[in-house]
Amino acid sequence: MSKKLLALTGNDAAAYAMKQINPDVVAAYPITPQTSLMEKFAQFVADGESNTEIVLVESEHSAMSACVGASCAGARVMTATSSQGLALMWEIVYIASSYRLPIVMPLVNRALSGPINIHCDHGDAMGIRDSGWIQLWAENAQEVYDNLLMAIRIAENSGILLPVVVNYDGFIISHAIENMYLYDDAEVKKFVGEYKPKYTLLDPKNPTTFGSFDLPDYYFEHRRQMAAAMKDSFKVIGDVAKEFSKICGREYKNLEGYKLEDAEIAIVALGSTVGTARAVVDELREKGIKAGILKIRTFRPFPEDEIADALKKLKAVAVLDRADSLNAVGGPLFDEVRGALYRKSAIPAVNYVYGLGGRDMGFPEINKVYADLAEIAKTGKVKDLVTYLGVRD
Amino acid sequence: MANLKELNKRKELLSGGHRMCAGCASPIIIRQMGLAQEIPLVVGSATGCLEVSTTPNPFTAWNSSFVHCAFENSAATVSGAEAAYRSLKRRGKVKEEMRFVALGGDGGTYDIGLQSLSGMLERGPRILYLCYNNEAYMNTGVQRSGATPMGTQTTTAPVGKESIGKKQFPKDLTGIAVAHKIPFVAQASPSHWNDLITKSQKALSVDGPAFMNVISPCPLGWGYSSEKTIEIARLAVDTCFWPLFEVENGTTWKLSYKPAVKKPITDYLKAQVRFRHLLRPENTAVVETIQKRVDDDWAALKKRCGVTEE
Repeated sequence: MSKKLLALTGNDAAAYAMKQINPDVVAAYPITPQTSLMEKFAQFVADGESNTEIVLVESEHSAMSACVGASCAGARVMTATSSQGLALMWEIVYIASSYRLPIVMPLVNRALSGPINIHCDHGDAMGIRDSGWIQLWAENAQEVYDNLLMAIRIAENSGILLPVVVNYDGFIISHAIENMYLYDDAEVKKFVGEYKPKYTLLDPKNPTTFGSFDLPDYYFEHRRQMAAAMKDSFKVIGDVAKEFSKICGREYKNLEGYKLEDAEIAIVALGSTVGTARAVVDELREKGIKAGILKIRTFRPFPEDEIADALKKLKAVAVLDRADSLNAVGGPLFDEVRGALYRKSAIPAVNYVYGLGGRDMGFPEINKVYADLAEIAKTGKVKDLVTYLGVRD
Repeated sequence: MANLKELNKRKELLSGGHRMCAGCASPIIIRQMGLAQEIPLVVGSATGCLEVSTTPNPFTAWNSSFVHCAFENSAATVSGAEAAYRSLKRRGKVKEEMRFVALGGDGGTYDIGLQSLSGMLERGPRILYLCYNNEAYMNTGVQRSGATPMGTQTTTAPVGKESIGKKQFPKDLTGIAVAHKIPFVAQASPSHWNDLITKSQKALSVDGPAFMNVISPCPLGWGYSSEKTIEIARLAVDTCFWPLFEVENGTTWKLSYKPAVKKPITDYLKAQVRFRHLLRPENTAVVETIQKRVDDDWAALKKRCGVTEE
């Protein structure tokens, strides 16, 4: 294990991971706040530090299409995008997973239009939550880097073969500079290994057809196989994290609790807000309030049992959503966490939709959530099931 | 020039038993293109008749590698495969020579896939894009496309008391491809098989992108009996409705075929149900407009190709 400490932005960290992975093909199109990632990676290629074939296409739709073509041809393939870019490639996102292509994509989370907005929001990622892509979420630049390296191994596992998206917050993580560790090139190279596809377009002796027409007699079975692969990926995600711990010195889990063991009230969240909440929890603990956090790193597959288990001793829980389902019920994470608790727990659970379009989520907002939770824990009564936090109502 | 005796020994790109309609020109075109040379092909196709009919899971009619992704992205998908080929070759993981072909119908090429095609032509990978142009959305039931000729009866631009069918002329997609100044652009027809094969051979031998627009008569959508496909394709050429030519590097134009006698457009129109209404007396002016456009385009093409009048 050898690592060096550097100050990098989240996008730099992702570009550095891509340089070390050195994929066979990268296809990409610019979009804020992803752009500086691909600029950095293109510079690595221009400087000869990576010899990836970059295809600079005319849209994200073509970016994901070129990724599909390249991956069918047996290449290790990556792309990256945000928001509208993901929305444009949405059609092909589903095709990539159904063809069982292990494409890895950093997704720099940004609000979806409209109104047009370039700032952090999880609506883009939530739009592909049923697409058959494994979803990992990062809290900071270090986790962006680590998750990307692990994503290659998870995606390419012959028992899984599902694409992986690594989410991180636009600007808050992508453009903020943090101290982080980078690992030795040789160690990373050994860890990611080589992709050895079973079938490829580039084997003229064994010509293969990709993307055949599935009628009602086959489509369902193919979707069923995807569901099985998604379930099986829990074990692979765990195994890969264990192996990676020898490089990074820490074993990544699907969930990460913060001061959760003896907590009475806790929030559940994704991404950078967890970092802010850690500081709030520390302050509350000093006041004797037993507050905690449950961070979700693996959102797809959804670790339902682990979540129910992690929350079981609490008196009240709040699920934070940086996206709204606009279903008159609450955010998408809330729906799923409530589903996980169903029949396994009677803990009161409430939802806070926060930070849409880059609205700040600071100490006052998070403190309000914990104050509300303390009240619910005391009275056992839920006043507002869903709260829109920090918005002018 | 292709030699029949030699072609006979070459491997067919499509196996028998595919599900295309009897008389459909597109598998004929694909097989002709496939005979052009012997380096193994990677073929990609847009969603459409050809794709659904040749790959009903668990079967495939393709003797080559084949990939279908979606409707509007044949060019981008094959671009990815070609990029993978170059990368893996450079990295020593692929040894064999291969050639790349992207296919699309007119809907997938003129309309929904135009952006993806233009992107590919601009980036310049060594890929032949071949459009089998049956001049409407045949896979979904004969709806009008950007390639549909003026006055055509289609299901979304139907003929009626107030309508002659499609009101507009088709876009000049071959001209759009030429404007990208790529190494090779051509128009071809399955009726002139030797020309189509020779052009495919050229298209697959240039070091860069090539585009071929091939007229593909459709018995069902055009309304003629299935044994007449080649006859109809020949009429399209002999009326100069679908002239055969090629353009190198966006500048060097060459006429491939000049009919001994240029037939009137009515010969072409009356052979197909899709145009039958145009022969009614009240539509004489429409036919004259179509004839004028054919004549003007033909004169302009001859001028570009440096063909002088007899």
